[in-house]
Amino acid sequence: MNFRTPLGRARGLGSARCGTDHWLAQRISALALIPLVLWFTASMMFYMRADYVSVLNWLHSPINAVLLVLMLTALFYHAYLGLQMVLEDYIHNEWVKVSALLSVRFACISLAAAGIFSVLRIAFGG
Amino acid sequence: MAEFRLPPNSRIKQGKIWKAPEAARNIKRFHVYRYDPDSGDNPRMDIYEIDMDKCGPMVLDALLKIKNEIDATLTLRRSCREGVCGSCAMNIDGTNTLACTHDIKDIKDDVKIYPLPHMPVIKDLVPDLTHFFAQYASIKPWIRTQSPAPDRERLQSKQERAKLDGLYECILCACCSTACPSYWWNSERYLGPALLLQAYRWIADSRDETTGERLDDLQDPFKLYRCHTIMNCTRTCPKGLNPAKSIGEIKQLLAEREH
Repeated sequence: MNFRTPLGRARGLGSARCGTDHWLAQRISALALIPLVLWFTASMMFYMRADYVSVLNWLHSPINAVLLVLMLTALFYHAYLGLQMVLEDYIHNEWVKVSALLSVRFACISLAAAGIFSVLRIAFGG
Repeated sequence: MAEFRLPPNSRIKQGKIWKAPEAARNIKRFHVYRYDPDSGDNPRMDIYEIDMDKCGPMVLDALLKIKNEIDATLTLRRSCREGVCGSCAMNIDGTNTLACTHDIKDIKDDVKIYPLPHMPVIKDLVPDLTHFFAQYASIKPWIRTQSPAPDRERLQSKQERAKLDGLYECILCACCSTACPSYWWNSERYLGPALLLQAYRWIADSRDETTGERLDDLQDPFKLYRCHTIMNCTRTCPKGLNPAKSIGEIKQLLAEREH
């Protein structure tokens, strides 16, 4: 039985005084992804039929390597922010929700780290 | 988790068909959701055949004709019958709207009437709006000031007053909130479009002195930021208001004070 008044229930734990950062970050990362993804798609189309060495050379260029690192960072950051929203929307069991949020966060960070490491290794002549 | 099927005791069964009198020439069929908590039965859809030559033009006229002349057990809320009280909000022809301002002629096929979606049903077309109105109370929908009260009315310029247009007209019928998927999944914590529009009505009021506190109270991942700009609220509003825009304005003010 729950004897809390309707107003007590509606007020709940009150306001978390946050959420604006998340909202802004989602929009800023989306904005950053527009030119980055366009650049990446254009480059990939250009190098679609190129041989292994010319793609390696492309990645050796500091500009391309930096842009790719930026794209990977923005991409996985944006993916995490979006997935977090989806999980918070649909999962109502506290334990399941927290574990799902942690798993997604670890997965996004790991994938970003692996991607960035790969780019740097090639860029620095691996 | 999100619910994709109704719980077993809420699944709708076929109900009774109430035939029109033999003499009726102009018949329209009304499928109406019926639920009687005392019977212990599942909800059912009753079909009423109405003689449109002897019925008023609005959906509410048909519902009242059913209640007065065909089946007195049909339960619904209504009061003003002119779209200013918000009592007769229900799901008609797939859209949340007011029965009193919805013309039957605008519905081509049979008329299907359900209570507002995803709310606990008290009886037939009457949803339980306790939590909705408790949330309304939680946003403190009254003017709050610190300066000593003036001896006369609190002045407002024409431009300041114009900011309340499109906000003050909201009648709290709950059509928008109950059309919002975010409100379906998270109504315990998300305030929903109707109450965010009401909250913005006080944020936009030049006479109120607690704009900052009001924004503080809304700055929350669930209370405000469950809105993903789905726009069902604006689409369904029977008063033609734009709750999604109000929510956007609140988000913009919150972003503005960050830098």
